[in-house]
Amino acid sequence: MIQKGKAWKYGANIDTDLLAPISALTSAKPEEAYTQCLQDVDPTFAPNCKEGDIFVADENLGVGSSREWAPQYLRSCGIRIVLAKSFARIFYRNCFNLALPALVCAETHKIETGDEVEVDPIKGEVRNLTKGETYACDSVPEHLMQVVADGGLMEHLKKKFKKAS
Amino acid sequence: MGQTISEKILARASGQETVKPGDIVTCQVDLAMVHDSSGPRTSGKKLDELGVPVWDMDKLVVISDHYVNLDTPESKNVQDICDAWCESHKVKHFIRNQGICHIVLPQEGYVRPGHFCVGADSHSTTAGAFGAFMVGVGATEITGVMATGEIWVRVPENVRMEVTGRLKPGVVAKDVILKICGDHGIMGFGYQVVEFCGDGVTAMSAQDRMTLTNMAAEIGAKTGIIAPDAKTMELLSSWGVSGVDADAWQSDDDAEYAKRITVDGNSLAPQVAAPSSPENADDVGSYKNVKLNQAYLGACTGAKLEDLRMAAQVMKGKKVASGTRFLVAPSTIKMREQAAAEGTLGILEEAGATILPSGCGGCIGLGDARLAEDAVGISSTNRNFVGRAGPKSSKLYLASPYTVAASAVAGEIADPRDML
Repeated sequence: MIQKGKAWKYGANIDTDLLAPISALTSAKPEEAYTQCLQDVDPTFAPNCKEGDIFVADENLGVGSSREWAPQYLRSCGIRIVLAKSFARIFYRNCFNLALPALVCAETHKIETGDEVEVDPIKGEVRNLTKGETYACDSVPEHLMQVVADGGLMEHLKKKFKKAS
Repeated sequence: MGQTISEKILARASGQETVKPGDIVTCQVDLAMVHDSSGPRTSGKKLDELGVPVWDMDKLVVISDHYVNLDTPESKNVQDICDAWCESHKVKHFIRNQGICHIVLPQEGYVRPGHFCVGADSHSTTAGAFGAFMVGVGATEITGVMATGEIWVRVPENVRMEVTGRLKPGVVAKDVILKICGDHGIMGFGYQVVEFCGDGVTAMSAQDRMTLTNMAAEIGAKTGIIAPDAKTMELLSSWGVSGVDADAWQSDDDAEYAKRITVDGNSLAPQVAAPSSPENADDVGSYKNVKLNQAYLGACTGAKLEDLRMAAQVMKGKKVASGTRFLVAPSTIKMREQAAAEGTLGILEEAGATILPSGCGGCIGLGDARLAEDAVGISSTNRNFVGRAGPKSSKLYLASPYTVAASAVAGEIADPRDML
């Protein structure tokens, strides 16, 4: 589950209206809607984010609406792990439900956009390869890592119902 | 050791004798709510993908309120999906286009003290005003609830938020919650449950208290809750809820709180939150010469019957300033009808208000109340993040229904106490 990628670094209180603007939610082309992710903060993010990149923020990432498009758009852009000093609780749960590990890391301020970062969610370790530093993450409840391992809550539920039948 | 209301509810819902903060428990859900955006079009589709039925049709409520009354093919499509899904799944409790879910839900008698409820919307916290523990979740999470009837919960710490003294005329719940948000920030009570209490809360009407719990979401809380009292029971009873044991859902005197905070109700001035965060709150007097293109009374936060009455109290015999648009979208159709019958709506119209259909509308940047490019607005809604209620270039201030009405009359941010 170790991920290595380029960091995209943002500040505190990146809200779900920024991650998933209403214009994207009502877009006539829903398959392209994710390209509006963060357009009001950094229009270079969506077009340049690559598969496997890592999203890094300060406090309270994902504050606001329960709209699951927020983590979904990050995923569609290529993000595979999210790091922040703290998360808004609905967004935090939404991330895991979409198989996107959301890790609490107190030292995200040491990471800059463009840094090469390697994250081990099981060990709870962030290695900043560009800076040669290692940061610790809070541990993730075991049942949530199981959801991620299954490929998200939908796959987790499918497995559960298959077992039951 | 005693337990808080929240702990009592979570213990009951998880089948435990007691619970303590940090425990991860699985709760049986008493009620699940989805709307047209988080329901049929998203979680409904996912439930069908799982190929299982709704766990208990008696406990699911679907309310269409987000993409209603909008003249675009995309929003009509969302409505069509919602209608068709509810019909094909024989949804027992489908409330179609009657107003905003967080107000419609209690108004239609679905919210009861002591219940553990889940809603696929962040302002589901509103139901806490009636002594229910209700949290917001996302679409996949609610799919799991619809399929299994249960959900995992980390038992939160409790914060005792006491509003002391008596709010002065023209100062209401919205001012209290904006003040708390300003003092503690939008992550002030992350993962915690905030229990609102004290003389200031006791003196508030049961409807006004809904504004406190609604905006528990804006102080980072998992939810907000208020112990039910005679006022709660009276309002619930007028909404058809009976046979509730309010005494069972009170916090014990020796319950444990992670924090005890007081807000001085006596000295509180009307609050206004500047763009673009509810935490940018300050006394109304600190905003000088802020000219307004638009004033909006709407949303689950600020267009309930009592909110409309507050505005009418200010506006009676006055006119909206020229150059300012005053839009009113009552929270529910029933409340609009009540306001019309008693003359409240007439006062607002006489003053120059345009009445819009009930729904989420302007709060989420949809419909006629969406702010224009570069526009400056004030509204009784709950969030003013960049891009939420209009384009990036627009600016939105948040305030109480009193302050919004006074500002509409003045054409700039104004103190309602000067007009009462």
